[in-house]
Amino acid sequence: MQLTTVWFILIAVLWTGYFVLEGFDFGVGILLPFLGRDDTDRRTMINTIGPVWDGNEVWLITAGGATFAAFPLWYASLFSGFYLALLLILVGLIIRGVSFEFRSKVTANRWRRGWDQAIFWGSALPALLWGVAFANIVRGVPLNAAHVYTGNLLTLLNPYGLLGGLATLTLFTLHGAIFLSLKTTGDLRARARRAAVRSAAVTVPLAAGFLAASQLTHGRAATDITAALAAVVLLAAVAAALRGREGWAFAGTAITLVLVVATLFGDLWPNVLPSTTAAAYSLTVHNASSSHYTLTVMTWVAAIFTPVVLAYQGWTYWVFRHRVTGAPLLPPAAAGPAGKAGPAGPAGPAGPVTHAPSGP
Amino acid sequence: MSVLDLARWQFGITTVYHFIFVPLTLGLSLMVAGLQTAWLIKKNPDYLRLTKFFGALFLINFAVGVVTGIVQEFQFGMNWSAYSRFVGDVFGAPLAMEGLLAFFAESTFLGLWIFGWGRLSPRVHLATIWIAAIGSNLSAYFILAANSWMQHPVGYRINPVTHRAQLTSIMAVLTNSTVVAALPHVFFAGLVTAGVFIVAASAWHLARRRDTELFRRAIRLGLVVTLVAGIATAVTGDLQARLMDSQQPMKMAAAEALYNTSSPASFSLFTVGSLNGNEQLWSVRVPYLLSLIATLDARGTVQGINNVQRAYAKKYGPGDYKPYIPVTYWSFRLMIGFGTLAALLALAGLWLTRRRRIPRSRWFYRAAIAAVVAPYLANTMGWIFTEMGRQPWTVFGVLQTSQSVSPGVAAGTVLTSMVVFTLLYAGLAVIAGWLMIRHIRSGPPPAQSATPGAGEPVPAFTY
Repeated sequence: MQLTTVWFILIAVLWTGYFVLEGFDFGVGILLPFLGRDDTDRRTMINTIGPVWDGNEVWLITAGGATFAAFPLWYASLFSGFYLALLLILVGLIIRGVSFEFRSKVTANRWRRGWDQAIFWGSALPALLWGVAFANIVRGVPLNAAHVYTGNLLTLLNPYGLLGGLATLTLFTLHGAIFLSLKTTGDLRARARRAAVRSAAVTVPLAAGFLAASQLTHGRAATDITAALAAVVLLAAVAAALRGREGWAFAGTAITLVLVVATLFGDLWPNVLPSTTAAAYSLTVHNASSSHYTLTVMTWVAAIFTPVVLAYQGWTYWVFRHRVTGAPLLPPAAAGPAGKAGPAGPAGPAGPVTHAPSGP
Repeated sequence: MSVLDLARWQFGITTVYHFIFVPLTLGLSLMVAGLQTAWLIKKNPDYLRLTKFFGALFLINFAVGVVTGIVQEFQFGMNWSAYSRFVGDVFGAPLAMEGLLAFFAESTFLGLWIFGWGRLSPRVHLATIWIAAIGSNLSAYFILAANSWMQHPVGYRINPVTHRAQLTSIMAVLTNSTVVAALPHVFFAGLVTAGVFIVAASAWHLARRRDTELFRRAIRLGLVVTLVAGIATAVTGDLQARLMDSQQPMKMAAAEALYNTSSPASFSLFTVGSLNGNEQLWSVRVPYLLSLIATLDARGTVQGINNVQRAYAKKYGPGDYKPYIPVTYWSFRLMIGFGTLAALLALAGLWLTRRRRIPRSRWFYRAAIAAVVAPYLANTMGWIFTEMGRQPWTVFGVLQTSQSVSPGVAAGTVLTSMVVFTLLYAGLAVIAGWLMIRHIRSGPPPAQSATPGAGEPVPAFTY
């Protein structure tokens, strides 16, 4: 297999990792105003992703860096061409990122509501725009002979692009709702389950529609299979959610995202950024790539360090596997024994703390 | 304004801003890890209180550092796509490595540290903050390797067919003498920043005689770190400058406003030049001193701006190869000045707090708090110096800044992003600063509740 192919796949893997992981972060943020009835609810929701959101976001940084290193012409044309869309994404990521740290430091209602808005918009905007961006990458954009983008922001907001955006927005929301049903307890968990079912009603047609549109316009035999599988797995995920099988449902939406990204990248191959102006102006894995030497060096680095990253990120999820319960601070007499794994115990209202062992 | 000017302003604003928060992250992460280590070893609850107190400040700062860092990676592609196309084969590699080796570790393990109190065993929990701190500093290494390649390109060739730079040796890039000199300088500057920060926060409480034993310990720690790291920053800076004399003679000539090659060369204490920077109007100088500093020989030859310009015009073709002299000259001096000020104040502070003394003078505390700006100014001046001094080059001797800007992006678009970032960043700085001051005022957690132990109220939420 050529190194350019290896790196095309690796970049697809990095974006897959990003969407599967940050996807539920976005979903939780989007659901914050809807599922969070009071401050305790909202804090609970935020704390489900609290330990992991930053590590999840690094998949984006690495995907960007890998694109720069392996396909500099793709990185250059894509980032300069999609300038305003990326600016909006960056603003969203910035305000969301600081919100997690700043939000609960002040008790004033207006302060917290303000940051909650930042979390919502900082999640919804990128969730929408990543889909718009990837749809346009597959569809192709006006590029001239020097591979320079000659469109503007509106060029990206074409029907197919918008459909892609709605697909990712709703997929991430569903993914986030199922994640919440896995990570919360009591009434919030019940609401998360209902939200998953409700969002499925919107997600399934939009995602299926987007996949169908992709295959009709840019599909090939291999990706017809991944697209069909994505739709099937999505339906299975929804079915599992309906049955209350939250773990299976989450695996389902995660695998759906994997298959969606595989479909898009499979449709894209061997281009990396097709030109709608003239096929000859398209960026491909061959004309956009770095030298063989650079790709070789990067392959060694990736081969050694990606498993290490997966291992310790996996460990993080295991450390924080318990559900997050919401409850206010209790005086010393009523609190259960605090220990390594968090306060244990059978407990009723007396021992509420974060990351308690899961309830029934 | 042209696209080029706007793109340069934006890059300058966003980079300076990012580097307001980064040095504190670099230094304070290590200090917090050290404090937690001291607690684990000595079991003195004061160390835990300090860990949590400064840890919370570290996290407020870290949040802004992270979000402004994402912009940096994107900005190369957004505003400097011609540069990215040309150098990506070489420059992209350290950036990708930074993500895979440093950022993942830093972000993942910091999450484990924030949420892991009482959940992870004390030793494992301690390891998480150490890994996060090392990850941050490792990240600095990769960024500096990338920047150092711009200052002194090595391990590459220009592909005659594609006319793009092509990597020929990754080891040459990662062991570039420029990064070997730059890394310790930035590392110690981070510790100076953290040291002064700890001094300022401690001074606030000592002035009000609150928690005096705790903050006396803390202020001594901050003072020692500032002094030792300050000296190390100066030494590494001197080594770096001498390296730059051979690698970028124009930058160093501009730093000293030395217009003509001289042997011996006098050192400028203070020079006033024409507004365009092209000539000296008035200067106070110390004879022989520049030769001594630059060449370690009182009669050594130091190259001058005009001579280097003539040589470059011959080598690279007609053009203006001088950076903007006034900015280069003053940023260099202000960097050294503010850095030295921090170190001197630390020395004075150590004397005034010797043998467990808690100074009575209000001016001591005012100075200690006001001094917090010194390393920030030094850090900013340092980056302005090294980047502005490299102009007109993005990659020294290979690619000029005017050839680097994105061809397809309109001026209005860049103006939009520049305004958005500037306003957003300004807002974040005010908020972060306010949160930090508020936290400093509220003081460290009481000895009891700092300890995750049985029978104590357990906080319901971490975030």
